[in-house]
Amino acid sequence: MNMSYDKNVRLMKGNEALAEAAIRAEIDGYFGYPITPQSEILEYLSKNFNEEDGVVLQAESEIAAINMVFGAAGSGKRVMTSTSSPGMSLMLEGVSYIAAAQLPCLLVNISRGGPGLGTIQPSQADYFQSTKGGGHGDYRLIVLAPNSVQEMADFVFDAIYLAEKYRNPALILSDGTLGQMMEKVRLPEKGSLPKFIPDWAAKGKRKDKERNIILTSAVDPAVMENLNKELQKKYALLQSEVRYELNEIEDAQILIVAFGLSARICNKAQEIVKEKGVSVGLLRPITLYPFPSDTITKLSKKVQAILVVELNAGQMVEDVKLAVNGNCPVHFYGRMGGELPTPEEIYFELKKIIDEQSIEK
Amino acid sequence: MISECEIENLELVYKKPKTLTETPMHYCPGCGHGVINKVLMEVIDELNIQDKVVGAAPVGCSVFEYRYMDIDMIESPHGRASAVATGVKRVNPDLYVFSYQGDGDLAAIGTSETIHTVNRGENILMLFINNAIYGMTGGQMAPTTLIGQKTSTSPYGRTVKNSGFPINMTELISKLDGAYFVTRQAVHKPNGVRKLKKAIQKSFEHQKENKGTCFIEVISNCPAGWGMTPIKSNEWLEENLIKMYPLGDIKVPK
Ligand SMILES: Cc1ncc(C[n+]2csc(CCOP(=O)(O)OP(=O)(O)O)c2C)c(N)n1
Ligand code: SF4
Ligand SMILES: [Mg+2]
Repeated sequence: MNMSYDKNVRLMKGNEALAEAAIRAEIDGYFGYPITPQSEILEYLSKNFNEEDGVVLQAESEIAAINMVFGAAGSGKRVMTSTSSPGMSLMLEGVSYIAAAQLPCLLVNISRGGPGLGTIQPSQADYFQSTKGGGHGDYRLIVLAPNSVQEMADFVFDAIYLAEKYRNPALILSDGTLGQMMEKVRLPEKGSLPKFIPDWAAKGKRKDKERNIILTSAVDPAVMENLNKELQKKYALLQSEVRYELNEIEDAQILIVAFGLSARICNKAQEIVKEKGVSVGLLRPITLYPFPSDTITKLSKKVQAILVVELNAGQMVEDVKLAVNGNCPVHFYGRMGGELPTPEEIYFELKKIIDEQSIEK
Repeated sequence: MISECEIENLELVYKKPKTLTETPMHYCPGCGHGVINKVLMEVIDELNIQDKVVGAAPVGCSVFEYRYMDIDMIESPHGRASAVATGVKRVNPDLYVFSYQGDGDLAAIGTSETIHTVNRGENILMLFINNAIYGMTGGQMAPTTLIGQKTSTSPYGRTVKNSGFPINMTELISKLDGAYFVTRQAVHKPNGVRKLKKAIQKSFEHQKENKGTCFIEVISNCPAGWGMTPIKSNEWLEENLIKMYPLGDIKVPK
């Protein structure tokens, strides 16, 4: 995909940049239900989406919204929904169907502190739900985790591109802060995404063709196992799309692994330690699924310790530990329920590791 | 199978609609679903809209109806066929779209979607097959099960105390402004089958004109779930179900 960008730099909220990007990605439909901290997406689209270009529909629930996405995606159109954590939980049955039927669509979770009704403040506690399936059955989503307003816009294009390439739902997993904060952004331009012309869609049986049936069931377990094998093959292919960002990794003695908003806070912590003379690198997974396991394995053989920082009780750290496989100690620091760590808190954690492991300057 | 040419010299009085596939139906002998599937396909044949129609199948005994209907279809999650149909229709306004759901699907787990689909006046046809039982899962009580009716989860007969009253979904949604044409039919007699066919025809014609939701309830039997022979089940349907759910048009276009 060749992205071209607007010349103008704008100041926009993350949610609005994402919504504007969706219009520029030429979606045919959006179906959603209000929930803080993502309602601006539905609001922005309701205000700015041209009726001739498609539909914006406020559904009666997240359950209805995701099933509208299912139907519209099944008919071969480019469609999306957005929600926040409790709404995502409600959508997961539908998401499992969409993944099983191998339909592309864009899902957005501007997640908030949980469990339960939780808070409206930022959280990364939906990492397991997003990357391990979430709904029933062996399925995976393509998961992209932005860490700026610019990426909130860009990843709409990337997610739709990957979703259509692999016929798989793609999720942008973000949080309340990235959704609400304002930053400079240059928006991708219309026409950057290749046209999408599916031949498998249910849109009326053509005279010269077999009928298209969007299906997720089988009577025969052998047929169901084959569908599963097909999915697993696709997920294996997906591994080549892994994306991550490395920062000051040369000569790093300690490696921080953090995604999304946490990674931004860790960037600040890195600056503080640097002044103290210990070199700390940062790996930011951009795709949470596929996960950059191989790179983490390689780096774990070079550094003396790894610190995983998340806005949850320790979820991605499990994937990091699997990749590290004992090559070096893996530490974890997390804040929960909508609280954010300060860069100083993370610096303090790093200092503890330096002292405990007697890491030399 | 006898092909048409073999009976060339005889007068052809009946044939299978082209849009009905050769796949043998899995429905129990005497089940109404088979008749309803066929009538629906007859109409699609006669209106010549095979290339312009998409159906949303439910979870229930008709979950496999896509095998019999030679049209593009989407198999929906339990209760959500009307939302799936809404999704298809909203981004393809030129298609004819229908949903097909049982009483558990449409009037229990999918109640919210049912009401709001009709309330928005989605330009689709909703077919509601009311057999007063959960056929597919082995004959459990449905929201439309009659008081006193025995099912596997109301083995002593449904009581108001435990389960409330049979829901008259069609009457309920007919009060919504989005409902354009609402009717209740039955297929236990040839005359009823003909009326159902008319109602489906009309509904597709209304859909073409974007008039709002057309909603057809079909009172159907479930000999297996009711523990009756097909003939007995039709008698029981006539004597009990139709008393509770009277046939006829409930809302007709002004
Ligand atoms: C979420 C979910 N809950 C429950 C079921 C199990 N289930 C399958 S069909 C069905 C009821 C079917 O009854 P009805 O809609 O009346 O259709 P019928 O078989 O009578 O035609 C149930 C409860 C399911 N498939 N999915
Ligand atoms: S269980 Fe009932 S509804 Fe299902 S196919 Fe058999 S008779 Fe028909
Ligand atoms: Mg039923």
